[in-house]
Amino acid sequence: MSLGPEAPISDEIVAPTDDAAVERTAGEKAIAGRSLRQIAWRRLKKDRVAVGGGIVILVLIFIAIIAPLLIKLFGHPFDEYHNEKIDPTLGLPLGHLGGISKDYILGVEPVNGRDIFSRIVYGAQTTLTVAFLSAFLSTILGVLFGMTAGFVGGWVDSIVSRIMDFLLAFPQLLFSIALVSVLPPTSFGLGPRWSRVLVLVAVIGFFGWPYIGRIVRGQTLSLREREFVEASRSLGARSPRILFREMLPNLAAPILVYTTLIIPTNILTEAALSFLGVGIPPPYPSWGGMLSDALQFYRYDPMFMIIPGAMIFITVLAFNLFGDGLRDALDPKAH
Amino acid sequence: MLAYLIRRLINAVLTLIVVTFVTFCVFFLVPKATGSDPALLYVGKQADPAAIAGIREKFGFNDPVIVQYGKFLKGLVFGRDYVSGADITHCSAPCLGYSFKTSQEVWPLLIDALPVTVSLAIGAAVLWVLMGVSFGVISALRRGTIWDRSVMTVALAGVSLPIYFTGLLSLSIFVYWLGFPNPSFTPFFDNPWHWFTGLILPWITLAFLFAATYARLTRANMLETLGEDYIRTARAKGLRERAVIGKHGLRSGLTPLVTVFGLDLGALLGGAVLTEAVYNLRGLGYYALNGIRQSDLPVILGVTLFAATFIVIANLIVDLLYGVIDPRVRLG
Repeated sequence: MSLGPEAPISDEIVAPTDDAAVERTAGEKAIAGRSLRQIAWRRLKKDRVAVGGGIVILVLIFIAIIAPLLIKLFGHPFDEYHNEKIDPTLGLPLGHLGGISKDYILGVEPVNGRDIFSRIVYGAQTTLTVAFLSAFLSTILGVLFGMTAGFVGGWVDSIVSRIMDFLLAFPQLLFSIALVSVLPPTSFGLGPRWSRVLVLVAVIGFFGWPYIGRIVRGQTLSLREREFVEASRSLGARSPRILFREMLPNLAAPILVYTTLIIPTNILTEAALSFLGVGIPPPYPSWGGMLSDALQFYRYDPMFMIIPGAMIFITVLAFNLFGDGLRDALDPKAH
Repeated sequence: MLAYLIRRLINAVLTLIVVTFVTFCVFFLVPKATGSDPALLYVGKQADPAAIAGIREKFGFNDPVIVQYGKFLKGLVFGRDYVSGADITHCSAPCLGYSFKTSQEVWPLLIDALPVTVSLAIGAAVLWVLMGVSFGVISALRRGTIWDRSVMTVALAGVSLPIYFTGLLSLSIFVYWLGFPNPSFTPFFDNPWHWFTGLILPWITLAFLFAATYARLTRANMLETLGEDYIRTARAKGLRERAVIGKHGLRSGLTPLVTVFGLDLGALLGGAVLTEAVYNLRGLGYYALNGIRQSDLPVILGVTLFAATFIVIANLIVDLLYGVIDPRVRLG
């Protein structure tokens, strides 16, 4: 995954022309120098599948940001009951496909008739917030500990490596369920929804850092022995400069790729915790929580199960496609 | 070799001690911070103060956390007596204590749940290794063909699907529409056929998700191996393609999978929480979830210990196997 020291990720140094393919006049003999970022960007743009994944991600983020507006325009408040939309004897939505209609574009929930569209939109908000923030936390911890372990070596390395091995050998899902379930429902003066989001970010992010830490440590170990580090040191550079100005740019590509690939895992974990009843507390919507509600109704109202399931699938797939594309674009050795 | 094994075993036991201690602390410190009393969980809120005090004394809730943890460890190895005045309850080794909710001993409860989880995990593992590896190898050999593309598309979808969604889908399609029997567990020695038919749906659903990951991994590893010089050499010296792939390609192409497989199986044996929740199977994961919902610390602690033990053992076996499969690895 290493891009090599001779290829800076930033393109501030070499950018003679914007586009190498532009035809030049006869007198000009400059050959375009392309930075790795430009090369990767070109490759990524050509990868239609990855671009598709990226677009879906952007749309989802946009939906999450303008959620309140969307609900005002196309939906109803997420916790508003609509009993008139429910068959009073069966408790199932009236109409076809779980009550999909012009007013309720994704139908209504069985029994209480809450608008599924607005619950999906708010679910996107919580899911994406948890997934991004926990990936960010994992990355920061992973880079910090991974680089320290790889660069300092010795007993620091053995302690950090031991902790990472230990965390990877930990029954994480069980422990997360247990931990989240004993924590108080509100904290830090936030409402039940956002305080639980914070708890999920902390738990998922914390258990995720060894994955990034291991990769960063390995890369740092091999970078440390390279000539450019020796050269920098012989010029009198101190450790912080070597770490952040010389080595970190070389680690940027793998860090970016693994951060992107850890996001879909986080989405699945968040949904799993909500499915098991320790995620976002009701009445606040989450996709996993909706699936768990659907457990009782999947026989009679399959749409109630399919919609949140499909949302999880589409979101995770989009991130996987984009992450794979990003990895291929940044890694010249692949393919 | 022996020294290595002993060192690894000591390491494994240390890991288990740390895992249980961390779990113990979480469940000791958090109720304290939120002001709830474990003794109340045992006897209920209506009980008179004397009964609560008795329970507290009997189970040692007044002791500092380190003393309680020490007693827990001692009970695990030697068994322990719960004493409150004249009331003595003996819990023989290995003792994981009594459930707060049902007052049953935890160890027999978990031993009863174990066959469910083991059947589920082993059956699914056989399926997913067969499916994942064969599809991955064929995809690598026919790289770029329509077969490769379609297998990789399905695999990509597979890694993006959660079991709590595919499980529900499989239930509504196979059980509700097509009338297959609801998944259930029958002990293998009671009736092997019912054991098989009751678990086939969870096996396939679970195996599909793992097979997707394994197919992707196998394909990537095989492609890397097939690009190596020694494969070219093997072909150049006139070996038949079957020998090139079977003898030279597979061996190093599949080695990295052993690590992943060990970890996955170990994690699954410690409680397939989601699968058991979806299919309502009463395995370790089911009891863990139940325990967590009812703040039943002894059950949670027991399952965590089981789960961590499986993961640690799986790790150990993988490392030992590595020395056999890959001659470059020296254990020492």
